[in-house]
Amino acid sequence: MKEELFVSGRNIPNIDPYLNIWHWEIPSYLFLGGLAAGILFFAGVFTIMGKEEKMAATVEKAPLFAPVALMLGLFLLFLDLKHKLWFWQLYTTIRLESPMGWGAWVLMIMTPISIIWSASYLTELFPNWDWKFKFLKDFEAWVIKNRVLIAWPMVLYAVILGIYTGILLSAFNARPLWNTSILGPLFLVSGMSTGAAVILLISKDHKERKIIGKIDILLIVIELFFITHLFMGYKAGSEAQIDAVNLFLGGSFTAPFFAFVVVLGLIFPVLLEVMELRGYKVPIVVPAILILLGGLIFRFLMVEAGQITRYLY
Amino acid sequence: MRYAMAIDTRKCVGCSDCVVACQTENDVPLGFCRDWVKEVVDGTYPNVSIELRSERCNHCANSPCVRCCPTGASHFEDGGIVLVEHNKCIGCGACIESCPYEARYSHPDGYVDKCTFCIHRVRQSSDPACVSVCPTKCMYFGDLEDPNSRLVNVLKNRKYKSLAPEAGTKPQIFYLL
Amino acid sequence: MQTRRKFIKIGALGLGATALTGGAANWVVGASANNTLKTDYKGSSGWRRIPTYCEVCFWKCAGWSYVSPEGNIQKIIGNNDDPQCNGRLCPRGTGGVGMYSDPDRLKTPLIRVTKNGEQSYREASWEEALDFVANKMKEIASKHGPESMALFNHGSPGKYFTHLLNAFGSNNVAAPSFAQCRGPRDTGFELTFGESVSSPEVTDIRDTRCLVLIGSHIGENMHNGQVQEMSEAIDKGAVIITVDPRLSTAASKSKFWLPIKPSTDLALLLAWIHVLIYDDLYNKEYVAMYAEGFNELKEHVKNFTPEWAYGITTLKPELIRHSAREMANAAPSVIIHPGRHTTWYGDDVQRSRAIAILNAILGSWGNRGGIFFKEGIKIPDFPRPAYPKPAWSWQDTLNGRYPFAKEAVTNTIIEASIPKPGLEHVIKGWIVAGTNLVVSIPLKEQLMQAMQSLDLLVVVDTMPMEITGYADVVLPECTYLERYDDLRATAHREPTIALRMPAVEPKYQTKPAWWISKQIGERLGLGAYYNYKDFKEVLAWQLKQIGSSLEEMERIGLKKYPRKTPVYIESGADFKFKTESGKIQLKSNELLAGGFDAMPVYTPHPQPEDGYYRLIYGRAPMHTFSRTANNRNLVALMPENSVWVNPQVAELWGLRKDQHVWLKNQAGVISNFSVKVRITERIRWDSIYIVHGFGHHHKPLTYAFGRGVNDTELISRVATDPIMGGTGMRGNFVTFVKTEPKKEAKL
Repeated sequence: MKEELFVSGRNIPNIDPYLNIWHWEIPSYLFLGGLAAGILFFAGVFTIMGKEEKMAATVEKAPLFAPVALMLGLFLLFLDLKHKLWFWQLYTTIRLESPMGWGAWVLMIMTPISIIWSASYLTELFPNWDWKFKFLKDFEAWVIKNRVLIAWPMVLYAVILGIYTGILLSAFNARPLWNTSILGPLFLVSGMSTGAAVILLISKDHKERKIIGKIDILLIVIELFFITHLFMGYKAGSEAQIDAVNLFLGGSFTAPFFAFVVVLGLIFPVLLEVMELRGYKVPIVVPAILILLGGLIFRFLMVEAGQITRYLY
Repeated sequence: MRYAMAIDTRKCVGCSDCVVACQTENDVPLGFCRDWVKEVVDGTYPNVSIELRSERCNHCANSPCVRCCPTGASHFEDGGIVLVEHNKCIGCGACIESCPYEARYSHPDGYVDKCTFCIHRVRQSSDPACVSVCPTKCMYFGDLEDPNSRLVNVLKNRKYKSLAPEAGTKPQIFYLL
Repeated sequence: MQTRRKFIKIGALGLGATALTGGAANWVVGASANNTLKTDYKGSSGWRRIPTYCEVCFWKCAGWSYVSPEGNIQKIIGNNDDPQCNGRLCPRGTGGVGMYSDPDRLKTPLIRVTKNGEQSYREASWEEALDFVANKMKEIASKHGPESMALFNHGSPGKYFTHLLNAFGSNNVAAPSFAQCRGPRDTGFELTFGESVSSPEVTDIRDTRCLVLIGSHIGENMHNGQVQEMSEAIDKGAVIITVDPRLSTAASKSKFWLPIKPSTDLALLLAWIHVLIYDDLYNKEYVAMYAEGFNELKEHVKNFTPEWAYGITTLKPELIRHSAREMANAAPSVIIHPGRHTTWYGDDVQRSRAIAILNAILGSWGNRGGIFFKEGIKIPDFPRPAYPKPAWSWQDTLNGRYPFAKEAVTNTIIEASIPKPGLEHVIKGWIVAGTNLVVSIPLKEQLMQAMQSLDLLVVVDTMPMEITGYADVVLPECTYLERYDDLRATAHREPTIALRMPAVEPKYQTKPAWWISKQIGERLGLGAYYNYKDFKEVLAWQLKQIGSSLEEMERIGLKKYPRKTPVYIESGADFKFKTESGKIQLKSNELLAGGFDAMPVYTPHPQPEDGYYRLIYGRAPMHTFSRTANNRNLVALMPENSVWVNPQVAELWGLRKDQHVWLKNQAGVISNFSVKVRITERIRWDSIYIVHGFGHHHKPLTYAFGRGVNDTELISRVATDPIMGGTGMRGNFVTFVKTEPKKEAKL
């Protein structure tokens, strides 16, 4: 029998018996970041493809959620800081090797772009909206003229934002559960899927919903594929990683993960969407909400379980 | 200059003097600790063995905590000692997540804290508090680049290991076996 | 049983919450704004460095307390020149700051009152409290004679109250450390070598080539010098042999660990003696020159073969032989460690005799790496009148028992405090200084009865330990960091003296023991015995007599004096031991004359029945008995004890790690509190192990209350050693109670 214990009575809050430094703020932020990335990605891509007319909800309405999500996410990040008065130090330096630093700067760029994008559609969506100041009206006109030009960097940064939410975790190789490069693409695809879910929810155009629905089915299949390979990677990894994945294969996270994330959050919605494409009447609310909840719970579980996993020595 | 520590597991009795000394030296708040003692028991009675280790931040040469810090608060000082500058730290917790040895903690005052190799003592040519107090004299501190140091000598003559070398962080604390 | 002296269970005394004097210890909250540069405490910028010697255990390491400019004791470190600690204090000493800053410290004198039938304490002034004590003592003296006052003590305060009682006319002074701890080994060694191994022990561990620990757990027992020297010995390649049913820390560093069946140690010792003699491995020269009774010894151990011992101890014969050979190889630089807490099964003097005999036939006594000769410097007594001769003393309370007890036996004094028809010498008043009798003395019923029968019970302590709940008067002593005390003049390899002086003013209303003793003495008309105003005068006078000064000692803290006598026996010298014949007594004619076995004989001891496990208790290096269970710095390391259970036993009982269980002993006594289970391979399947000193049941100890389990409440069977009265406590067996037992009236 192998026994390990602290002789000196170590019992540091949030570190012992398991690491738990990041609470609900971080997974919520990761979810919101992925959501905004997904929405802005689709908005940008369809604008570039010239399909704004046909994809009104995608391009005009959904992006309204993006700046809200990003600003809420930033606020949650700020809440999570324990030395809040010094938060501005984040912006005094660029540290290329720090994913946290990346996050701070990428958000710095994404948030204004998303605000500008959404703002430029305000007069279309709310006819009574008046910008009041001349320079704002001029700026709006410029943005509307150059939408495609703006869409390119927006798509690029949306992808970076989506992948970054995964890279943030995978950069911490001290947590075996996160120490896998598949997390970046996985979180990107998951984020895009949640973005698509939002679009499905608010779009009134049946044809638009069909297009987005088909893309979402593809995204979910890719996500399931990634998750399978994620688990295969852990199982074939070091003992620390095998221990880590066992949390999800028989350990305390098995039930919530497979029930809420895999079945209810991925498999069931994708089946519903396929059925809808085949012509069955399915209230779109159901798969959309399930995808959103599944994405949120997935991030919660990953952040909590990841902190529990550790190196064995 | 490359500061490092060697700890002789043959002599350590797990008295935890290193923990109390660090506490009184560095004003570590009660309920937190910068160093700790672990006991690992292996075998089946009566073929049992134990290993006693005093652990702390390993002041890694390839430290993930310095790398991941978004503000640069975690940085290297003299001889590779890893320190946290309190007024640059925003308390984001990234460094705590990145440490394979769980050596860092969130100080009640908001910043992240950990073992500093008692740099204030080292700069006055003293040993860190834990090394100075250890009754079994099982701890050695010194400059790996100084061929005349006690530390280099003891590493030359004994077998040693460091913790979780596969984490790739190049820890600078060596446990003599 | 009349509850005239009820145990006062007041929740958080809340008394004496007067303004803190002497500076609040505010060091807990980290205040350093910039951790790269800390205040230099090497003497500049307002920091002070005050010499002291530690009081957390009896080793009394000399050290320095560092006081910040704000007046807080920040840190205590060892004095580099002190051979007892070599500049390094143990965790208890380093954590001594916690003793000073403990929020639960006794703050003012307390007097027991009864209001509306309820007993409680009220705060009193020193005047009142001291008057109370003095008057009661005079009363007792007039009715029963001054001899009727007794003192139970441990540590520094004892000296002042011994002086008080001696001046008063009593020498009924007992320390639990004799009958409850080191008594058997002191007696056993005295009978063999003419003297014992002292405190601190005169074992030459740092130069030994083989250290044999039987029932000693150096490393968990944190006697600083011993642990330091064991570490040095390891570095020098010394072999350690440990005999312990448990894999102690020392056992884990041993070449041979003998996982002996508990209570069978004498069989092993006799088998070792047999092997050394019959395999011709003993130190012939030494034995021929310095010992007598060898032939009788040889005859005595003829049948105590390793094979015989195997059947009793479960130790394989080869193991017994190999370990004996290892000892012989190292001789005379070998130590069979005498141990310290030797009150186990009631035949403990004989077991210590066996250890002494082993040392003798290996020739360790007086040789390098074995047992050295100590030397100390005699501090002259401050001038005083001669003490009166008491009409009777503790020897009279023995009533013919324990003929070899050279010190008072606590239990006979307790016994003499219970009035019985025809009891000639009765004790009516106790002063208890520095010892928590309720936790340290077994035979609880007797203790409780005695305390209820007293006319006066005075407790002098720094903390509201359980014993204070029974006192008539509680006198709050200040900690060692706040007072002057007698010079430490321990005898060891070299004579040293160490000064203790206050680092800060006493907190609250606490006072040093010398002051308390003087105040009581003066009220008793014994002013002539306290011919000074301040203890500083005594120290200054004493230091002058031995070629130093108070000023010098305040500067250096510790002073060494050159040795005048040899530290080992000079090679081939005609050395005379302190026995009557001048030779080592392998066979003890004294014991024989007293009606005891001249040489040790193995007797089997009671074994646990099915479902019960032997209660083995011991120490942890970060605590001192029950004294430190409330010290915030030290409880941060170990807040409570746990019960060590073998995994097979745990499986049998369905116990899980960190589960809480209650313990019930063979007499049905159930522990007050529950204890955490530690499932470990380090303990045998027939025993369980807990660290002594937890399970406090006095609420004013706000941290320690209710944490862990108290082993002494489960020690109801005591095997008294007929030779000197030692109370053997390892013959108790416990079983597990997994659900909370019904609350019964406890203590």
